[in-house]
Amino acid sequence: MSFFVDSVIMFTSQVLFFGFGWLFFMRQLFKDYEVRQYVVQVVFSVTFAFSCTMFELIIFEILGALSSSSRYFHWKLNLYVILLVLIFVVPFYIGYFVVSNIRLLQRQKLLFACMVWFTFMYFFWKLGDPFPILSPKHGILSIEQLISRVGVIGVTLMALLSGFGAVNCPYTYMSYFLRNVTDSDILALERRLLQTMDMIVSKKKRIAMTRRQMYQRGEDQNKQTGFWGMIKSVTSTQTGSENLSLIQQEVDALEELSRQLFLETVDLQATKERIEYSKTFQGKYFNFLGYFFSIYCVWKIFMATINIVFDRVGKTDPVTRGIEITVNYLGIQFDVKFWSQHISFILVGIIIVTSIRGLLITLTKFFYAISSSKSSNVIVLVLAQIMGMYFVSSVLLMRMSMPLEYRSIVTEVLGELQFNFYHRWFDVIFLVSALSSILFLYLAHKQAPEKHMAL
Amino acid sequence: MASLDRVKVLVLGDSGVGKSSLVHLLCQNQVLGNPSWTVGCSVDVRVQDYREGTPEEKTYYIELWDVGGSVGSASSVKSTRAVFYNSVNGIILVHDLTNKKSSQNLYRWSLEALNRDSSPTGVIVSNSSDYDREQFAENPVPLLLIGTKFDQIPETKRNEVLTRTAFLSEDFNAEEINLDCTNPRYLAAGTSNAVKLSRFFDKVRRLLF
Repeated sequence: MSFFVDSVIMFTSQVLFFGFGWLFFMRQLFKDYEVRQYVVQVVFSVTFAFSCTMFELIIFEILGALSSSSRYFHWKLNLYVILLVLIFVVPFYIGYFVVSNIRLLQRQKLLFACMVWFTFMYFFWKLGDPFPILSPKHGILSIEQLISRVGVIGVTLMALLSGFGAVNCPYTYMSYFLRNVTDSDILALERRLLQTMDMIVSKKKRIAMTRRQMYQRGEDQNKQTGFWGMIKSVTSTQTGSENLSLIQQEVDALEELSRQLFLETVDLQATKERIEYSKTFQGKYFNFLGYFFSIYCVWKIFMATINIVFDRVGKTDPVTRGIEITVNYLGIQFDVKFWSQHISFILVGIIIVTSIRGLLITLTKFFYAISSSKSSNVIVLVLAQIMGMYFVSSVLLMRMSMPLEYRSIVTEVLGELQFNFYHRWFDVIFLVSALSSILFLYLAHKQAPEKHMAL
Repeated sequence: MASLDRVKVLVLGDSGVGKSSLVHLLCQNQVLGNPSWTVGCSVDVRVQDYREGTPEEKTYYIELWDVGGSVGSASSVKSTRAVFYNSVNGIILVHDLTNKKSSQNLYRWSLEALNRDSSPTGVIVSNSSDYDREQFAENPVPLLLIGTKFDQIPETKRNEVLTRTAFLSEDFNAEEINLDCTNPRYLAAGTSNAVKLSRFFDKVRRLLF
């Protein structure tokens, strides 16, 4: 009986998450496009729903809601479904939509889509070889094989995003890094842009007029042939077409210049808006936060280095350690079991909510930046894939943040994976990503004022 | 010769509707082979005869300014784009007949171009019910509506699409042309499309002089 009630609760929550994913897709991601293939929207919402259900199950685990056997059942069910979606459904549809965009392969769409899927599976399988992620007692077709590979990809993504985010966040928030842009700078650039456009226009007018005159005189139809024709064409000046190609080259160069000027003007306008924003109350608050985040970022990089250098993987989670410290060093006595549960719940809840929100915002920004009307379907599916893998790996890594008694279900469900490897891998990629982001931002920051000064 | 007879026409629309192909077709009388994303603004020039066939026949240039980007761009992009909207003599609004959103976004595009003096985020309407038809009736700048990718609409849906575009052209108080930018025969001399096009350009020029 309780199993039935539990299943109903799970199912209702899944429907709710599905609805949320649907709305998010329609209102945020696809707000400038028309949804013509509903399959894409359904697949995205399904991936989102099942990922969120996994988080929900962790929360239930901590709170002790629902009965233990039904939790275990739903964990397994959820895991199978999400692996099915991430490994079979989404890659197949990505291949299908990519193939539909290419005109040549229109006829045998399904066949080519299957071929693409097989290539994906091959590389996906090969991915597992260089990593020591499995204990040898697992067979070829076990679920652990799939999860381990999904975990590797997801953890890499998490670490990359995390590293870049940790560095970019203080850089964006703090106004210390904002370049000084005045209105006159922007006006000067705009004037240059318009002057360049005027030059392009006048040159194109010359080309159009010359071409018209050539057409009227029948010059290009009148190509002289034969021996005398060749001699004639050497001596007489082919002013028409020579001039044209010269002017055309100048026009091409000017058009390239106009594009660069446009992009620089956009950049300056964006900086000016940020400067204005930083003078507001909200801006000052974010600036203040930025200082905190930069300290946090430095600390995280330091910890990651320590972990790698001293080959240390944390054995206890932050909650238990925090409680230990308060009890042993500060001498405050309190009911450990009771508080441990609540604190883990809050901590894990915060981690889940911020990671979902952060990921959705990043995906939306990414989508707006690179999508066009042709490729929007493919890009959304790729984002759904990334999202699914990201959430699966965050469950994997979250195991470390929970006290021992709650870890057991995750270990049971996901099987005997080498969890320590994943944490080490996360630290390595995080370090690499953070350091290269620092380098990248430093170079970009240095280069911009020089470019600006040279104008 | 060139500076006195300057006629500037903007070509606006969502990304991917076919503005660059259209401009190329109008100016070079050829189909654009490899369309790519327009960054900023690309200009092309069309040589047009005013009052063709009459003693007052005069040749003049029409500058077609093809402004790239989408209507939901960041405000920094919108403020930069506003630079191109100065002293405009005519606007060609381009939408994709296979994509309803691109037609709906034309209201926002036209407001962005005509309200260039106010801030870019100020007067944007998000759906046509807030839209003020009188504003467009008194509008001094001539508009032309062009629907692209006509060949990609199946026969069965054609009537529905054409009714929709008829409403659109009424709202804008503008003529409409539906064509396929990869096929020059839609604008061949003598077709009703070609007549509408030259009527539009003549109207633009007449308002100047």
